[in-house]
Amino acid sequence: MKITVRYITLIAALITGTQLWGQGSITGSVIFEGKGPRMRTIKMGADPVCSAAHTEPVKSESVVVNGNGTLKNVLVSISAGLDGMKFEIPEEPVILDQNGCTYTPHVWGVMAGQTVEIRNSDATLHNIHSQSKQNRAFNFAMPKVVKKKNHTFDKSEDPFIIKCDVHPWMRTWAAVFDHPFYTVTDDTGKFTLENVPAGTYTVKAWHESGKKLPAQTLEVTVSDGQAASLDFDFTRTAK
Amino acid sequence: MLNYNRPLHLFARWTAGATLVLIFIGGLVTSTQSGLSVPDWPNTYGRFMFAFPFAEMVGGILFEHTHRLIASMVGLLTVVLAVWLWRSDTRAWVVRLGLIAVIAVILQGVLGGLTVLFLLPTPISVTHAALAQTFFLIVLSIAYITSREYLSSGATPVQTDRARLARRWALAAVGFIYLQLLLGAVMRHTGAGLAFTDFPLMGGALWPSFSPESVNRVNWEHWQAGLGEATSGQMIIHFLHRIMALGVTAAIIGMVVSIRRERTIGADLNWMGLVAVTLLAVQIALGAVTVLSLKQPVITTAHVANGAALLGWCTLIFMRVQHVTQLKLFPAGNWRRALKEAATT
Ligand SMILES: [Cu+2]
Repeated sequence: MKITVRYITLIAALITGTQLWGQGSITGSVIFEGKGPRMRTIKMGADPVCSAAHTEPVKSESVVVNGNGTLKNVLVSISAGLDGMKFEIPEEPVILDQNGCTYTPHVWGVMAGQTVEIRNSDATLHNIHSQSKQNRAFNFAMPKVVKKKNHTFDKSEDPFIIKCDVHPWMRTWAAVFDHPFYTVTDDTGKFTLENVPAGTYTVKAWHESGKKLPAQTLEVTVSDGQAASLDFDFTRTAK
Repeated sequence: MLNYNRPLHLFARWTAGATLVLIFIGGLVTSTQSGLSVPDWPNTYGRFMFAFPFAEMVGGILFEHTHRLIASMVGLLTVVLAVWLWRSDTRAWVVRLGLIAVIAVILQGVLGGLTVLFLLPTPISVTHAALAQTFFLIVLSIAYITSREYLSSGATPVQTDRARLARRWALAAVGFIYLQLLLGAVMRHTGAGLAFTDFPLMGGALWPSFSPESVNRVNWEHWQAGLGEATSGQMIIHFLHRIMALGVTAAIIGMVVSIRRERTIGADLNWMGLVAVTLLAVQIALGAVTVLSLKQPVITTAHVANGAALLGWCTLIFMRVQHVTQLKLFPAGNWRRALKEAATT
C-alpha cells in the first residue's frame, strides 16, 4: 500500500515535473463581431495646446473594434496557476506618455515594483491622478517643464483609472501584476504571452466596458516549446 | 429702535450676490470635472495662488483656480461684513450670526482644500456643496435683518389663519428645496446625473424598475451610445431627485397660492411668489436639458446656481412672511410644543 502511494507520487511528480521544466507561450485573439458603440469625438478646445496637436478629430478609445472583427485594448493576463512562483522585476520602465493630451497606451500593465516612467510630451501641463485602491491613490502636478516623472506601484491590483483633471477626457487604465504574463490586444486583436513556464493556467481577458463586456477566463495548458492557443469571444448580443 | 445702516445693508446684499456667483463657479468645477486639476492646495502648481499666470489657466485649471480666487474674495467680504456688524450692530444675535458666517466660510475653504488633498471623497464633496448653500442662506439672512423693512416695525402683525398657513407653506418650500439641493449634491458627487438619459421618462418608464434586468437594459442602451455605466444605487438617487422635484413644485405652488389668498400680507409678496414660480419653471427646464444634453457643463451648472437662487428667493419670501406675521419661530423655544402645534393647527 505504502509502496503504491510512493509510486503514484513519483509518477505524478514526473508528469508535472516535465511540465515545470521548460517554457511555452499562449497566443490568440479577442473576437468581437458586429458593430461596437459609436465613439464620441473628444472636444479639446479647452486647451489650445491640445487642439493644436491634432489635425484629425480624436475619438474616444473606450471601445475600439478592429476591422478584422476583433477587439482592441483588451488586457489579457494569467490570473491563476502561478502560485509560489517568483519573477524578476524588469529593469526597463513601462512608459506612459501624455502626448497630444491623450495617454499612450490606453490600457497597460506593469509589475509591482517596476518603474513607470510618466512622460509629458506636451507643451502644456497635466495632473496625474491615480484612482488606485490597493496602491495608494495619488494626484501630482506635471507642469510643462517637467518632462519625466517616475512612479512605482507596490502591490498587484486589478485595472484602475489614471486620469487628468485639467483635460477631463484624458484617462488610461492601469493594472499591476506580481508576474510578467500580461499583454494588451493591438490593432489586430491578437495577444501573445511569452516564456510562460509549462503548466496549467487560468487566463483572463478584461475590457474597460465593465459589466457590459464582462471579463472572461479560460483554462490553458502550456507545454515546453509549444504555443498554446486560445480565443476569447466578446461579441455582445442584445440585452 | 435700531438705525438702518444703508451701506452695511448694501454690503451684505453684495456679499450674498458674490456668494451666488461663487456657487456658479464652484458648480462649474464639478460639472467640468476639474476639481483635481490643481493637485496642490493652497498653492497652484507650486506657485502662490495669487501669482499663478493667467496664460496657464487652461482646461480644468481655469475653473478650479478661478473658483479658489473668487472664494478668497468672498471670504474677505465675509470677514469685513462680520467686523462691520460687530462694530455697528447692537443686536448680539446679529453679531453672532456674522461670526457664524465667518466660521462657515473658513470651514468651507478647509473642506475645499480637503477635497483636493484627499482626492474628492464623496462625503467631503457633498458637505462642501451643502455648506455652500447654507452659507448663502446665512449671508442672505444677514442682508435681510439689516434691511429697512426688517428694522422698521410699525405695522400690526397679521396673525390670521391664512397668514399662518402661508408662513407654513413658505417654510415647507424652503425645507423641500434645501433637501432637494442635498439630493442634487449627492447625485452629482456620486456620478448619478446620467443614470437615466431620458426625460420625463426614466429608462423608458414613468416609474422605473431597479431590477437587475432593467438596470442591465438601461446600461446596454447607454453602452451602445458610448455612455458610462450606472448602478441601481445611482439610478435610485437620480430617481429620488426627480420625485423630490414634484414635492418642491407642490410646496412652491402651495406657498404662492396661500400668499395670494391672504391679501393683508402685501402685494410685494405676490410678485415675489410669481418670480418663485418662474424660477421653478426655469429650474425644471434646466434639469430636463441637463439630462437631455448629457450634462453639458454650462447648463448643468446653471441648474445648480438657479437651484441656489430659488432656495434663496423662497427663504426671502419666508423671512418676509415671518416678519409680517411676527409669529415666534418656535413658540417658547420649545421644539416639542412647536411640533405639536404644527400638527394640530
Ligand atoms: Cu492633461
